Amino acid sequence: MTCLPVTTQKKLGLAIDLDTCVGCQACVTACKGWNDQGYGAPLSDQSPYGAEPSGTFLNRVHSYAVQPIDGLAQTINFPRSCLHCEDAPCVPVCPTGASYKRAEDGIVLVNEDACIGCGLCAWACPYGAREMDAAAGVMKKCTLCVDRIYNENLPEEDREPACVRGCPTGARHFGDFADPDSKVSRLSAERGGYALMPDLGTKPVNRYLPPRKKDQRSEASVLAPLLDIRASGFAGWLDRVLGKI
Amino acid sequence: MTVQPKIDTSPAVSDEIRKTTCYMCACRCGINVHLKSGKVSYIEGNRDHPINKGVLCAKGASGIMQVTAPSRLRAPLRRVGPRGSGAFEEISWDEALELAVSWMKPLRETAPEKLAFFTGRDQSQSFTGWWAQAFGTPNYAAHGGFCSVNMAAGGIYTIGGAFWEFGQPDWERTKLFILFGVAEDHDSNPIKIGLGKLKARGARVIGVNPIRTGYNAVADDWLGITPGTDGLLILSLIHCLLVAGKVDLEYLAKFTNAPLLVVEDGPEKGLILKNAESQPFVIDRRTGAPAPWDGKGVQPDLGAVYQGNRTVFQHMAERYLSPDYAPEAVADRCGIPAARIHALAAELARVAFDEAIEINQSWTDFRGDFHATMPGRPVSFHAMRGISAHSNGFQTARALHLLQIVLGTVEVPGGYRLKPPYPKPMEAHPTPHFVSVPGKPLSGPHLGYVRGPENLALKEDGSPARIDKAFSWENPFSAHGLMHMLIPNAHAGDPYRIDTLFLYMANMAWNSSMNTSKVLEMLTDQEDSGAYVIPRIIYSDAYASEMVAYADLILPDTTYLERHDCISLLDRPISEPDAAGDSIRWPVVEPDRDVRPFQSVLLDLGARLGLAPMVKEDGSPRYRDYADYIVNHIRRPGVGPLIGFRGDGTAEGRGDANPDQMARYIENGGFYQAHVPQEAAFYKPWNAAYQDWAVATSFYESPQPYLFSIWSEPMRKFQMAAEGLGPYQPPDHLRAQLKQAMDPLPIWYSPYAEDGFSVHALTQRPMDMYHSWGSQNAWLRQIRGTNFLYVPTKIWTEQGFREGDYARVSSSNGEIVVPVAHMAALNDNTVWTWNAIGKRKAAWALDDGASEAQTGFLMNHLISELKAGPGRVANSDPVTGQAAWFDLRVKIERVGPKAQSEPAFAPIPRVVPQGRDRA
Repeated sequence: MTCLPVTTQKKLGLAIDLDTCVGCQACVTACKGWNDQGYGAPLSDQSPYGAEPSGTFLNRVHSYAVQPIDGLAQTINFPRSCLHCEDAPCVPVCPTGASYKRAEDGIVLVNEDACIGCGLCAWACPYGAREMDAAAGVMKKCTLCVDRIYNENLPEEDREPACVRGCPTGARHFGDFADPDSKVSRLSAERGGYALMPDLGTKPVNRYLPPRKKDQRSEASVLAPLLDIRASGFAGWLDRVLGKI
Repeated sequence: MTVQPKIDTSPAVSDEIRKTTCYMCACRCGINVHLKSGKVSYIEGNRDHPINKGVLCAKGASGIMQVTAPSRLRAPLRRVGPRGSGAFEEISWDEALELAVSWMKPLRETAPEKLAFFTGRDQSQSFTGWWAQAFGTPNYAAHGGFCSVNMAAGGIYTIGGAFWEFGQPDWERTKLFILFGVAEDHDSNPIKIGLGKLKARGARVIGVNPIRTGYNAVADDWLGITPGTDGLLILSLIHCLLVAGKVDLEYLAKFTNAPLLVVEDGPEKGLILKNAESQPFVIDRRTGAPAPWDGKGVQPDLGAVYQGNRTVFQHMAERYLSPDYAPEAVADRCGIPAARIHALAAELARVAFDEAIEINQSWTDFRGDFHATMPGRPVSFHAMRGISAHSNGFQTARALHLLQIVLGTVEVPGGYRLKPPYPKPMEAHPTPHFVSVPGKPLSGPHLGYVRGPENLALKEDGSPARIDKAFSWENPFSAHGLMHMLIPNAHAGDPYRIDTLFLYMANMAWNSSMNTSKVLEMLTDQEDSGAYVIPRIIYSDAYASEMVAYADLILPDTTYLERHDCISLLDRPISEPDAAGDSIRWPVVEPDRDVRPFQSVLLDLGARLGLAPMVKEDGSPRYRDYADYIVNHIRRPGVGPLIGFRGDGTAEGRGDANPDQMARYIENGGFYQAHVPQEAAFYKPWNAAYQDWAVATSFYESPQPYLFSIWSEPMRKFQMAAEGLGPYQPPDHLRAQLKQAMDPLPIWYSPYAEDGFSVHALTQRPMDMYHSWGSQNAWLRQIRGTNFLYVPTKIWTEQGFREGDYARVSSSNGEIVVPVAHMAALNDNTVWTWNAIGKRKAAWALDDGASEAQTGFLMNHLISELKAGPGRVANSDPVTGQAAWFDLRVKIERVGPKAQSEPAFAPIPRVVPQGRDRA
């Protein structure tokens, strides 16, 4: 088994803005595309043109219906991937030490050479963030694009996860939550970023920025008529309107 | 703790990056295609590209699966069994082209109109239209008629530009943004980027849409309007603004036709009053006397009455001040409480007038008047197919533009900004050309903008000249044609029979046709003699779509990474409000099959047919291929398909052909931008600096300043004809329709619908699929492999639906039995589904049991291509002929759990083997 580092120098993770995510799935395929040819085994697809296609995705987006008690129904789009927990239950449960959390940046990774595909880590993860690759027989999960973020072969501006780079609405932000001045820390502080299911004690690093309150009508008073058109007639209205020029 | 494994955090990314243009929708984003060992390894957005600035949608990022899809056609095919049987033989390109020529050449020599060439989701319309013009058939159009011509034409006729990708809100400055009926698949990355900007600075977004998904899901406020009533809501907002006097009078007086005078009576009643020189004029407030509409210093008087003739402004105000448009009068029909309409009007007025902004930039208008600053009203709107695919869609689009105009928000800071080559007044567009002469080219472009009944495409006997009846009395302003009527009309021989149907990238045997089951019968219907009613069908597509099985000759196209293309200013460019832009595609990988890019094939066909612009004097082909055409074609002196790197490589907009142009585009990332000067950035239709820049950059030959058209004289001319005035008279059965629909001021009338069906039924395209092209994509079909009929809470409860249930959905045209799902964030009286997810079994190289074909379904079976009632009148907007998909009304009944949607068609014969594993 593997022990979790007592602390990590950085806490790299994502701040995902649920107020801005339109559920377009761009991050899903950006992730699939990069990681299919990136860290570790490709993300395989089984029966891709068959009756029941299934494949490995490290990031999926779900849409949920929300019905407030006293408001209009809403649709919330919710991207879901590994949260890179500080107390990641998927790490100590690994019998071979394949599942580990990096001391330098807190990224939770799978050493595929050591992974025996037992699936214990996926059972331990309460967020359903890990997927066993059916072709490779190893556990796959979000790597925060560890092969992008430090990659000296990429222009500096591209050293961020593929899902962040590709997000059309800019709803995904990447950074160091250990640094209170980082963009993600500031965003999270300003917008009330929250951790998913904190009561489980996993201490996720990723934060979700909640949707702003919707359907708050502006308090603008109803427009006052210029004058009583029935009394003044159209001519009166016209005179009044044009008198303003 | 065990030692952390050492990992390589700087692996090589790829051998090479080639920058080209995406083709997964009409956004046409820039992409970086990474290659490893000569194969595509990864696709990402191009950060330098003006459209997507590095981001990419789900489709674009899955392009690698598009290029390796097993559904790709592999070689030319000739039908050898009955049509639709799937019996084809592979033939060589020479055989294929000679066969096509043997069909086309006699038609050109005797009756060119018997070739109908329609090009679906073609991104090279200025080229395909040019080809059809050279052939001489009047029967050419792309897919705009079944897509959103109401948006395009409603905009062009009103503001000389449109929504869609032809303009965009001033994302940097707008404070209040209102979306009407947006289809989330169109212009999607720019809109998503824009929404992200608004969200980042806390600007307010309001969605008006029966369905709260996607953009509407993140909107701060949502009006779940009843389909087809957007126009009524908009006119009610205009009513509220007028009652309160909250309209931009200066803007109306200076930049719109509000101060022009309308002939009050007599034979010219309703036309704009002209002076002795046939010019419209205004009454100058300084003198009270007539003055030129474009005269320096003139202050047009909106309140003028001249010889009994009142201004457009007065006609407009009188109409919309009527209590018929009060929120209380429209609320029930719109499904929006009156208080919310009042509140929205107040919010519009507050932001437009109390929060006005100003840019410190001087400019001079077309009258020669100097303006020290650029004032702006930070309210903006955007709209797309949702409001336009109705039989009242043209007038609804006009109404929305009128709302923008009265608020003074078009082409001002914070408002809606047009992208070059727009603004461009209707008068600067061609009229339709349609007279076919054997052996000769057409005298001009097919598609255009009708000014009056004299421009209709009618034969001498008054019958439609075009197979789709575009530009006829049924739909006079059909600027994009009516592709949805092509097969039904050709089958009915109405207005005449054709010989050869030539289609490109249009899945007419499935999701792109109304009444799909019936269309399949039309495609295979035979005369008593055994001949097909539609004698010949040539089809070009890259993939084994449902349409392929119904063609007689297949010309297999390449995928988007294996071809040249140009996204041209002559067509639908990639401009931004601050820059004209165009772009190219180039073969970043070579095809591994015996396929050819369709545009190169067309040039080859043209040369074999001896079409003048495609052959040299010695009869040899003028262009080697499409790339050669892109670089060397001259449309008019100095103007070609691409504006960048012309002449010696430094000329922009105008200049000689430059043999290096393609290489320069590739070097520049696949695109070019010509930047709008700063003093020309806003008020473009009236801004002298913009007009001069537009002429220099080749959009027009002389400055074209114009006034926004609140009162539409072309429309009034048709209305007059319907009233019996003038030499051109419509058939009697269309008079009532024309009188109503061709009102010169925006109006709302109830969409055409039949009694007995009360539930509105809509479709929308997901952001992760491009029509039918997505389902062959191994990744995308895992995201959305089937569709449901989404049912609102009220109907769900009434019908006692449970999870796993199916419903029988019926209309006057037929019925389908389909899986349902509950959705609360939906208009109470509306059901909907995702468009084009349902597939015919065995199409697209999918398994017969694919969920797309088992539970997936099309709504198309419920929609008739014809309006109920006498005659064969298209189920379309009576102004433009836009397919009225969203007028559909249905009845819904629970049928309980099932495993297969109905109608269930037999598997389509395979023309490529079933896909197994990923390449």
